Amino acid sequence: MALPIHATLGERIWHYCFMAICFAIFTFLIFPILIILPLSFNAQPFFSFTSEMLHLQPDAYTTKWYQEFFTSLNWQGAVKNSFIIAFFSTIISTFLGTLAALGLSKPDFPFKTTIMGLLISPMVVPLIISAAGMFFFYSRIGLQGTHIGVILAHAALATPFVVITVTATLTGFDHSLTRAAASLGSSPTYTFFHVTVPLIIPGVISGGLFAFITSFDEVVVVLFVGSYNQRTIPWQMFSGIREQISPTIMAVATILIMISVALLIFLELMRRRTERLRGITPH
Amino acid sequence: MADAEAETELITTADGIPLKQALKKALWQRKKTALLLVSPLFLFVLITFLIPIFDMLTRSVDNSIAGEQFPSVVVEIQRWDLDSSEIPDETTFQALFKDFKAGAERKTISRLGRRLNYEMSGMSGLFRKTARKIKKLEAPEAATEVMIAIDKKWGKLDTWRLIKRESGNYTNSYYLAAIDAEKLSDGSLAMKAEDRQVYVALFWRTIRLSITITILTILLGYPIAYLLATLKTKTSNMLIILVLLPFWTSLLVRTSAWIALLQKEGVINDILVAIGVLNDDSRLAMIHNEAGTIIAMTHILLPFMILPLFSVMKTIPPSWVRAARSMGATPFTAFRRVYLPNTIAGIGAGGILVFILAIGYYITPALVGGTKGTLISNFIAYHVSTSLNWGLAAALGTILLLLVLALYILYDKVVGISNMKLG
Amino acid sequence: MNKLLKQTLLATVAAGVVATAQAETTMVIVSWGGAYTKSQQRAYHQPYMDANPGITIVNDDSASEGASKLRAQVEAGNVTWDLLDAEAPNAITLCDEGLVEEINFDKDLAPAPDGTPASVDFGKSLVSDCFIPQIAYSTTLGYRSDIFDVGPTKMADVFDLKKFPGKRALEKRPDPNLEWALIADGVDPKDVYKVLDTEEGIDRAFKKLDTIKDQVIWWTKGSQPMQLLADGEVAFGSGYNGRLFEAIEVDKQPIKMLWDAQAIQLDGWVVPKGAPHKEEVMKYLRFATDTQRLADQAKFISYGPLRASSAPMVGKHADLGIDMGPHMPTAPANMKGAIFYDFEWWADNKDDLAERFESWLAK
Repeated sequence: MALPIHATLGERIWHYCFMAICFAIFTFLIFPILIILPLSFNAQPFFSFTSEMLHLQPDAYTTKWYQEFFTSLNWQGAVKNSFIIAFFSTIISTFLGTLAALGLSKPDFPFKTTIMGLLISPMVVPLIISAAGMFFFYSRIGLQGTHIGVILAHAALATPFVVITVTATLTGFDHSLTRAAASLGSSPTYTFFHVTVPLIIPGVISGGLFAFITSFDEVVVVLFVGSYNQRTIPWQMFSGIREQISPTIMAVATILIMISVALLIFLELMRRRTERLRGITPH
Repeated sequence: MADAEAETELITTADGIPLKQALKKALWQRKKTALLLVSPLFLFVLITFLIPIFDMLTRSVDNSIAGEQFPSVVVEIQRWDLDSSEIPDETTFQALFKDFKAGAERKTISRLGRRLNYEMSGMSGLFRKTARKIKKLEAPEAATEVMIAIDKKWGKLDTWRLIKRESGNYTNSYYLAAIDAEKLSDGSLAMKAEDRQVYVALFWRTIRLSITITILTILLGYPIAYLLATLKTKTSNMLIILVLLPFWTSLLVRTSAWIALLQKEGVINDILVAIGVLNDDSRLAMIHNEAGTIIAMTHILLPFMILPLFSVMKTIPPSWVRAARSMGATPFTAFRRVYLPNTIAGIGAGGILVFILAIGYYITPALVGGTKGTLISNFIAYHVSTSLNWGLAAALGTILLLLVLALYILYDKVVGISNMKLG
Repeated sequence: MNKLLKQTLLATVAAGVVATAQAETTMVIVSWGGAYTKSQQRAYHQPYMDANPGITIVNDDSASEGASKLRAQVEAGNVTWDLLDAEAPNAITLCDEGLVEEINFDKDLAPAPDGTPASVDFGKSLVSDCFIPQIAYSTTLGYRSDIFDVGPTKMADVFDLKKFPGKRALEKRPDPNLEWALIADGVDPKDVYKVLDTEEGIDRAFKKLDTIKDQVIWWTKGSQPMQLLADGEVAFGSGYNGRLFEAIEVDKQPIKMLWDAQAIQLDGWVVPKGAPHKEEVMKYLRFATDTQRLADQAKFISYGPLRASSAPMVGKHADLGIDMGPHMPTAPANMKGAIFYDFEWWADNKDDLAERFESWLAK
């Protein structure tokens, strides 16, 4: 993207215009997320900057919204539920999704497109339709308003992400490695655990992360399938925004952004590991 | 696997089984293993997801409530002709009295009144009133007179035509309602009165907003993807974090951020007032309307456009544009004739993805859309949890689902579902 | 199996059930959340749990989706709620559709301290066989006291954009906006439902609403109009009088009440058909709806208790020490021009008008 020395004046102007446009778009992408951080320390219960804040007076800032988050029963229950639900739905979806991806990646799998299409459908069907369908059906079988109901629902929503990520890992999978292992006398089971697993594990972990974040972020289905006792962080945020916007929501948002940053770093490390293991250099 | 390939050298295997058969067996074995691996997930998705969706969709045509509440009436009414100019005979009224009394005692008859009210206003009131009065009555000699004495509407042809029309186990009336049509009392179809039409306009609005959002994401996403694809890997890896961070940040976090930014007393208005662009009392209304939905959703869906575009652009060698330039093309021509055509696939993939996601969006429009910026999903939610017209919710849902499925198939044609990549 | 063995078994099971019921029963009570649930917690739940150590009461704040979730639960034969707080019109519909239990008021509920049976003590507020009244609340208007030199005094002012410019926050449902539109158009509060009962009357109400439609922000949750008023986003906001009381007296916001044409409504309990702990719930209800408890609730929120015998016991606010009498919707000064919500009429017409209202909004 660097400007060549021989660039004409017009090219130079365009180049800087283009840079300015890109800068503006990046601002659009990231500014709303950054704005949350200072707002979460606002001493006033508003969603805006006070003039005291702009003059950097220490009184204008407070950590009381964080205290409220850490002491309120509503939020603590929500945190607990979020982790319980996300944890179990991640386990279920990662396990089932990885198995399925292993099956789907076998050559000449029958009706591959159709089956893949059905397995991925939870990702494509509008959430409100999934939520309404699950609401009626889970009510009928007694799972509405239970943790198990929400866990199963979230696991169903999350499996496509696991299937896609693990399948993608397996697409780049070098089958000569398993053949080499076999020719050297290793049993299929041994090969699976000592050759296949280490190679696909990054895919499984990122699939699991996707599954976790899907459940952790999900709000529509939990609003319908869950009840107050299954309230998750997004559930609580949604009703909070509808009810009364207090900066506690901004404090929660800040904490969630920190979690996203941590996840992002983790995923990046996983990606680098995969590339190193496979001997692919980043291009 | 390895065995089967070793056997290709031989005509028969060591056990003397013909090669073809052995291969077939090995192949079948392999397919069986593959199917076995996929089947747990398939069953899981079937039970927890596909069946519930199908179950809901059946509600859009289900009318079993008529048979449940009016078991004898639906039988008797078969003898009565829709075009008849007289109300049904005494036997039918006797059946009506019997069903109604039983239903009133079970306290379930109002459910049918509510159901019929979707077709003709006043039915709910008629059923409630009749249920109140009929409890005190004993089986009469002349049921026709008794019923008409309770309410004149029982003597009206329109009431009976409605009951006859909706006496089956299935109905198409929810779909008619979903496209703002209705059945007239003579059975013909017509559009509803202007002030009662909602859904066609709502579908158009949903599609229009989704297209707007898709175009905006293309316009904003293209330069970013181009920049990321042409920068040095090290720099682009740094910058791509600015795209991935919003992607990984909770939807509700981003939506609440936009509320903070866009509301009347919010950050953007404050800035505009502070720098003197606006007066304090002419603050812009950017939220609780279409603008709010468009801005917030464009932001939320933008990464879904940038990432596929980026992965397509990465595969275009910079030498192509250079070659065009060296042959005398202006920068613009080189871009238009060489670069752009090669990115069409990425635009298509990202565009369809964003459109699919936008058309079914619920949360963001619900929080920042007001009444003008709400989409079809919000109405489905309204009918599920507030108006309790579940049949209509299912009909609207089915139409939305069909739209999305059509796009899904298109996506499969353009990108291929198996090639879908994330992050 | 011989009879003796069967009886012994049954007895053991029954004893076990009773024992666990005494040991730990968790009742799920569904209410509106916020200040309202807090007032119930302090006036009813906490005292009851203190007196009955085996009982835990869990609050579920989903009363706004109460009818829908209850209907799905009953339809599925899988009810998880023990008690639901509902507005009278919803209670009437739920009762008509057989989704909630009928109540024998004199048997199930405590008499007044002087022995007056409950059915007399509650009087006219018993609008359905299933509805156990708690409080009268009203939907009324608050306005920013800092923007108008001369404040509004009557409903017509709310529809007068020239004299009182600014946005209005109104609840996103037909009632009581249609009533208000008619009153602003000159209809006497007494005749509102007579006029509404005609097609022309409804057209007239919508026409009047058309005149302010551009200036309305529609709200769905009780706290939204308070937030909008506090932020200065709107000049007028309709809201429940208890929430307005909180905003004015507790949060000290520059808001004033406009009591004219307040719509008086009722709120109370319904017991879902098939509630898991029905017996326990009935015991709880007997306690929580007695004269003292209903009067106690008014210490925490400005809603009027519906027992005649509770009215004289309403005292001061528990935390603020304000005399609560004048803040009740039922206070004589506030009652001038009030609309008495016609529950039967709304039960008959709610579906039609809700549909028409939604399509009107979408235009």
